[in-house]
Amino acid sequence: MRELTFREALNEALDEELARDQDTFLMGEEVGAYNGAYKVSRGLMDKYGKKRVVDAPISELGFCGLGIGAAMAGLRPIIEVMTWNFAILAMDQIVNTAAKGRYMSGGALKFPITFRGPNGAAHSLAAQHSQWFEAQYAYFPGLKVVVPGTPADAKGLLKSAIRDDDPVIFMESETMYAWKGEVPEGEVVVPMGQAKVQRPGRDVTLVAWGKALRLAMQGAEKLAREDGIEAEVVDPRTIRPLDERAIVESVRRTGACVVVEEGWPYFNVGAQISDIVQRACFDVLDSPVLRVSGADVPWPYSMPLEKLTVPDESSVQRAVKLALNVRG
Amino acid sequence: MATRTRTERADEKVNGRQDRSVQVPGESARLDGASLVSMYRLMQLIRRFEERAAQQYSLQKIGGFCHLYIGQEAVAVGTSRALQPGDYMISAYRDHGQILAQGTPPGPVMAELFGKVTGVSRGKGGSMHLYDVGRDFYGGWGIVGGQIPLALGTAYASVYRGDGKVTVCFFGEAAVNQGAFHEALNMAALWKVPAIFICENNRYGMGTPIDVSSAVTEVYRRAASYNMPGEACDGMDVLAMYDAVKRAADRARRGEGPTLLEARTYRFRGHSMSDPAVYRTREEVDTERKNDPIPRLRKVIVAGGHAKDAELDGIDAKVDEEVAEAIRFADESPWPEPKDLYADVYVPAPEVKA
Repeated sequence: MRELTFREALNEALDEELARDQDTFLMGEEVGAYNGAYKVSRGLMDKYGKKRVVDAPISELGFCGLGIGAAMAGLRPIIEVMTWNFAILAMDQIVNTAAKGRYMSGGALKFPITFRGPNGAAHSLAAQHSQWFEAQYAYFPGLKVVVPGTPADAKGLLKSAIRDDDPVIFMESETMYAWKGEVPEGEVVVPMGQAKVQRPGRDVTLVAWGKALRLAMQGAEKLAREDGIEAEVVDPRTIRPLDERAIVESVRRTGACVVVEEGWPYFNVGAQISDIVQRACFDVLDSPVLRVSGADVPWPYSMPLEKLTVPDESSVQRAVKLALNVRG
Repeated sequence: MATRTRTERADEKVNGRQDRSVQVPGESARLDGASLVSMYRLMQLIRRFEERAAQQYSLQKIGGFCHLYIGQEAVAVGTSRALQPGDYMISAYRDHGQILAQGTPPGPVMAELFGKVTGVSRGKGGSMHLYDVGRDFYGGWGIVGGQIPLALGTAYASVYRGDGKVTVCFFGEAAVNQGAFHEALNMAALWKVPAIFICENNRYGMGTPIDVSSAVTEVYRRAASYNMPGEACDGMDVLAMYDAVKRAADRARRGEGPTLLEARTYRFRGHSMSDPAVYRTREEVDTERKNDPIPRLRKVIVAGGHAKDAELDGIDAKVDEEVAEAIRFADESPWPEPKDLYADVYVPAPEVKA
């Protein structure tokens, strides 16, 4: 199977959906003439023109609201936020209009819109440019939150998100854009709310998504190599809707669970997953659900400090051995 | 000749296209008697509906916030009549007058205020979240200024599709200080979207008079920042509203882009049912009542020989009965069921083949 980078996979998804549906258009800062701040939309303005690929002023609240209004009128906008840090400015529109408009109108309105952009920390971007936002958006009923961890899932889920009639928060990662993975040819649409077991195992369930998926996989390799521990890695792929059943089914087999995230620990997605697992698997758990998280600080700039902020595969190994009560 | 002030000279230089309450004979001069009487009836319906809604609120059949449109009827009716079917109308939370102006029957609107399942939003929205897509009314939004980028979006969709539809967006004079107003008007002008931004300037943002909140109190002048036409009009005169909106709509349909209209109006009651309005004097309210749009139109109709007072009194009586019937309908309608709690959070998904 061919290998594509995340960037290429997302570009293909955008290309295919723009070709397929004349009601879709991409709008955001630098998406057109600049070919995208992270080059995800490379070549699309040349191919589809300025009507379908639109450069917006620096007005996140305004152009996210525009997208929501256009969706309300029946178009299918794809709004790029340069990073999810900047989308905080647009949160009123996303959370108070898009997430609630259908409910408040008794089903009269719908908002088939996708908001996409990179989420979380990369390298040396400092505190304002390094935040993880899955939990903030997944908190709101009415939104869907998608966090692909592989290029194949990025392509399949972006197509799914664009075709979805609800507002979707699609979270990528600056670091991941260059990562490669196998992507099948042809039309593959990955449904929402379906987790994937990225690595089968029998000793412990690791739950990880997005950028942290690689970390969990590396941790699993390390555990297999050094400790003879076989970790199963369950990738939810979408945080809302969350495939609770897949996670619970895995933990009921392994008897232990570690959630792996790079973001902050307090009130993050891992806290919700812990709640689900401890309620549904209490009788089979041999230890509490443990979590690997980033350090609970605004992200530092200096390289050695940033290194301390982010978990690595040793953090995963330590957590698993703690969960399994393995010494040494 | 009096020397013009520096501001007046600056205005002309900065925004030469600006039009300040100029008495240009407008389209309204061509309206026939039946149309005028129909506008009268609609304003009276809104007035009576709002008065009865206030009573129902005091009886605790309406809960939460209830923002009355009493005094501002000319803005909604003049605007609605100047639009064509298909044109989008979006508003904030003082929206009862606007949905009624679009032709939604009063029964389902009152039922929504009561929270009944027969309400326009199936009881899920309430006073601030009224919608009637079939009559082009897209809400009904509670965050001050939040509806303005939405209107930019529907107008953008019209450009995208080339469908010739116009979008009208209502907001108060205090909303123009929100960032959303600024961002939306910039893009609206930049992309020449067919939008009419109608500021209902009733002089008070809740309890705050405009000169306490705003560096520029003549709202229409802010249009100059976006190179957009800005115009003030008499929001207590339904025909002046009709003319101003018609002009702006024609401009938009010709592809000339958006307009900022400042409709100078007044609410005779407080900001909401919770507001005793101690921030303005009795004298001020009494003076403004002399500008009541409904008797003003009555005078025009009678003076023009289109109808006699007795006829209009007959309409008033019919409207009273219509509103009473709306209350009966709302009273007798069922509540939503428990299962409705989880309905319409998401669009029901078709069967997905993995």
